Amino acid sequence: MIANADLLEILRTVKDPEIPVLDVVELGVVRDVREESGKVVVEITPTYSGCPALQMMEDEIIAALKAGGFPDVEVRKVYSPAWTTDWMSAESKAKLKAYGVAPPHVREAEPLIVLERARHTVACPYCGSSNTEEKSEFGSTACKSINFCNSCHQPFDSFKSI
Amino acid sequence: MAEERATSTDTLLEYCLRLGDDRLILGHRLSEWCGHGPILEEDIALANIALDFLGQASHALEVAAAAEGAGRSADDLAFFREGVQFRNLLIVELPRGDFAFTIARQFLFDAFSVHLMDALQKSAEPRIAELAAKAVKEDRYHVRHSAEWMVKLGDGTDESHTRLQNAVNDLWRFTGEMFLADPVDDAAAAAGIAPAASTLKEKWDAVVNDVFARANITRPADEVFMRGGRTGKHTEHLGHLLAEMQIVARSHPGAEW
Repeated sequence: MIANADLLEILRTVKDPEIPVLDVVELGVVRDVREESGKVVVEITPTYSGCPALQMMEDEIIAALKAGGFPDVEVRKVYSPAWTTDWMSAESKAKLKAYGVAPPHVREAEPLIVLERARHTVACPYCGSSNTEEKSEFGSTACKSINFCNSCHQPFDSFKSI
Repeated sequence: MAEERATSTDTLLEYCLRLGDDRLILGHRLSEWCGHGPILEEDIALANIALDFLGQASHALEVAAAAEGAGRSADDLAFFREGVQFRNLLIVELPRGDFAFTIARQFLFDAFSVHLMDALQKSAEPRIAELAAKAVKEDRYHVRHSAEWMVKLGDGTDESHTRLQNAVNDLWRFTGEMFLADPVDDAAAAAGIAPAASTLKEKWDAVVNDVFARANITRPADEVFMRGGRTGKHTEHLGHLLAEMQIVARSHPGAEW
């Protein structure tokens, strides 16, 4: 019997290719890992429907487990519950901030359609100022928005809260 | 055809093809802006939204392929069907036009899709419910984005206002198809798979009227509505789109990178 903790330890070596400070476990992409009749089954969920990094994460998960002595691996996609940034721990958020990406905030209940959003204050990851503005809800990856700090005049990414 | 023998498998397959094809074709149209957006932020935004739609399409076509049970994959359905086998709304296949046309089409579709996905979270078919729970998160910021541009363009300069009003006028006759139920929609609603198409109309009207008012856009009169996409009767534009979208997969079947 393989201990799940050992498998998780291996999975923690696989990083998000777009945000290499977070591993696939703390990102919430890995939903479960277990041994099932001799093979290792890993359940993963996509962050965004079209995230192009998912396939790469899947390939790297298989490669890491093989290198760790588990040649028989099956990766299954699961979709429920839908991925949310609310799963991210304080420790992971601190890593994001140190990497220069403003971490997500915990979401509040909102109506289905909010056309003009009262903006949640996003602190600049460089100088800490809350005098920042969102330039676009769409950034270099599906999970990030583009922001600008009016205090230190530095553009920065913010991890979207969904 | 499904209309004649509406078994539950046929209904699920047909319904998932509709969900998938709307988003695949619209995603492809949006991707045509990649590298051509009016400003960098918008170029990135349209590419992001295109990617969300392609992901949603891939998921819906996976469910369709499983329902079909013929050993085909989502990629097979996307790249190896002919135009008459596509089930998308006509509105999503129209050429991208100018930026105002792209935004108007996007807004009219987003305002429909966000309510559809919200309702589909309660689908009796769990694979559709979980697809919708994910898609609705994305559709919520899609409609915010397109509505914001509707107001910017409609309430902007004479030039931007004229272009947007013309786009809305040209698109209007393609909006009715979103709410015109046919036997597949009725079977899906009866099975609890999907909401009755007509129940989305009131919600769509509320958002559209609100945004039109803020954008100084005049709502065109409901006259003749075009339909046919749901049964494979498409405009001449779909064939050209498919030729471009499918060429690599058909020239190099099974290729990987």
